[in-house]
Amino acid sequence: MRQNYAFLDENSKKEIRRKTLKAIAIPGYQVPFASRELPIARGWGTGGLQLTLSLAGQSDTVKVIDQGSDESVNAVNIRKLIQDTTGVPDTIHTDAATLIQSRHRIPEVPLKPYQILVLQVPMPEPLRPVEPQERVTKMLHADKEYSGAWLRLFEQIMNYDSITEDADYPVLVEGRYVMAPSPIPRFDNPKMDNNDGLILLGAGREKKICALPPYTKVKSLAFEDYPFEVESFDDVICRQSGLTGVYMDELIDEETGETYYQTNDTSYMQEAMNREGSVK
Amino acid sequence: MSTHDNIALSVRGAGKFYGDRCNYCRNENNPLNNNICPYCRTVFAVDDVSFDLYKGEILGIVGESGSGKSTLMKMLYFDQERSAGEYYITGYAEGVPNVFTLSSQHRREIQNEILGMVYQNPVYGLKMDFSSMSNIAEKLIAAGSRNVGEMTAAGDHFLDKVNIPLDRKFEPPENFSGGMQQRVQIAKALSNYPPILLLDEVTTGLDVSVQADVLELIKEIQRELGISMIVVSHDLAIIRMLCDRTMVMLNGSVAEAGITDQILEDPKHHYTQQLVYSIL
Repeated sequence: MRQNYAFLDENSKKEIRRKTLKAIAIPGYQVPFASRELPIARGWGTGGLQLTLSLAGQSDTVKVIDQGSDESVNAVNIRKLIQDTTGVPDTIHTDAATLIQSRHRIPEVPLKPYQILVLQVPMPEPLRPVEPQERVTKMLHADKEYSGAWLRLFEQIMNYDSITEDADYPVLVEGRYVMAPSPIPRFDNPKMDNNDGLILLGAGREKKICALPPYTKVKSLAFEDYPFEVESFDDVICRQSGLTGVYMDELIDEETGETYYQTNDTSYMQEAMNREGSVK
Repeated sequence: MSTHDNIALSVRGAGKFYGDRCNYCRNENNPLNNNICPYCRTVFAVDDVSFDLYKGEILGIVGESGSGKSTLMKMLYFDQERSAGEYYITGYAEGVPNVFTLSSQHRREIQNEILGMVYQNPVYGLKMDFSSMSNIAEKLIAAGSRNVGEMTAAGDHFLDKVNIPLDRKFEPPENFSGGMQQRVQIAKALSNYPPILLLDEVTTGLDVSVQADVLELIKEIQRELGISMIVVSHDLAIIRMLCDRTMVMLNGSVAEAGITDQILEDPKHHYTQQLVYSIL
């Protein structure tokens, strides 16, 4: 049987695009959408995949990453599905892509105005840990009552004397909506602020779409005396490439038992190594 | 609109109905079957209640179960929508708007900054699995504070005031006894010095010595901070000890109102007489 272009039927894609436009019109607001069945299970990136499928046109170039890697099983399979059903070219080079689907990272290369970054979101509701009812969280958003989100950070300071939220650190969008930015590391939070590209966030299981249009003010929640800080990688050096100040994975050398660091964004690392022409 | 300088809040014709009301019960002169319309079965949980609360006074509300005391309190704290009536708060916009009809965002603002509520059951007023300190901070965060140092200082001050040992301030209320939970709830309600405090059956279910502690605390706070309070109770001994003026409710309406001593020593309404003599 012949598959429809981009797997989903045209009306489903249209619906997703309309909801995306609404999300762009209200930055940081969670727009409900009719999440479709896909050949992968919900919770495995179906929100991001539906956004990508609804947006992929024939002139697009797609890049898919999973925690910074172009080559993990998840990234490869999602990329294959997109390619098999649309035939659009793929790339690992962030600059060359027009459509980037990502799980848990924003690439090190800043977004360009012609690019769309699609993030896969498991839990789009920043207030869910303090309020289980959707009906109530909707009212809290309407009232701009975000003490629950702050309370979580406060409780961490009480328990550990610092904010321990490492990923999915809540942000305030344009001074109005508090948004969960998907489990990107805190390190990536400042990249969302006033950025050149469009960022879309899709939660397939929770059936929500969120958007950050270009040049949106995105501020990480913080207290006056406990300011927001990103993880520092200034004093660690990537063992493969010699890069520093980028987001690193901490790994253990199985032979020597020694701890070493490696750049998490693999395509960025590869580009840097090719540019220098030297592999250490 | 409140005209008197010393008035903290005033309520006019407040009502809460469950049902559609028919032509018969819309006419105030027609008798109801207790507080239920004999034709359309509409329940008048609170019916045409008017009163003023003066600055720095404690107003008591007594009445049997189902007389509408708690419903009235919930309406005053915006936990329940009112069906009829007007409500003015001198501390909000000079007492000009009928705050019952404000948007939920504005009502939330009043709730966070002007009112404090202590529920009969601490489960409603506290987040049982967050530390006591965080529970107090929640109210301060909601009222706009973003400084951890200031909030912990206020938390220490109020927890000490309600006799919670400070070495237990990071424990969640679920570890505490009922009396301690109630005291944490009072500390939370007081933490941003609200000019009006609503207490709904705060000592019901506590043993007598703890009751005495909590009442002593309420009295002390009222003397020290000059907070206006509304105290709901069905225990006349508590009303006698705390309240300057008392309102007796029966079937959703006010049966009798006046100075506490007068009501208790010389009750006019037959229900009040019954109430007073059944206890003494």
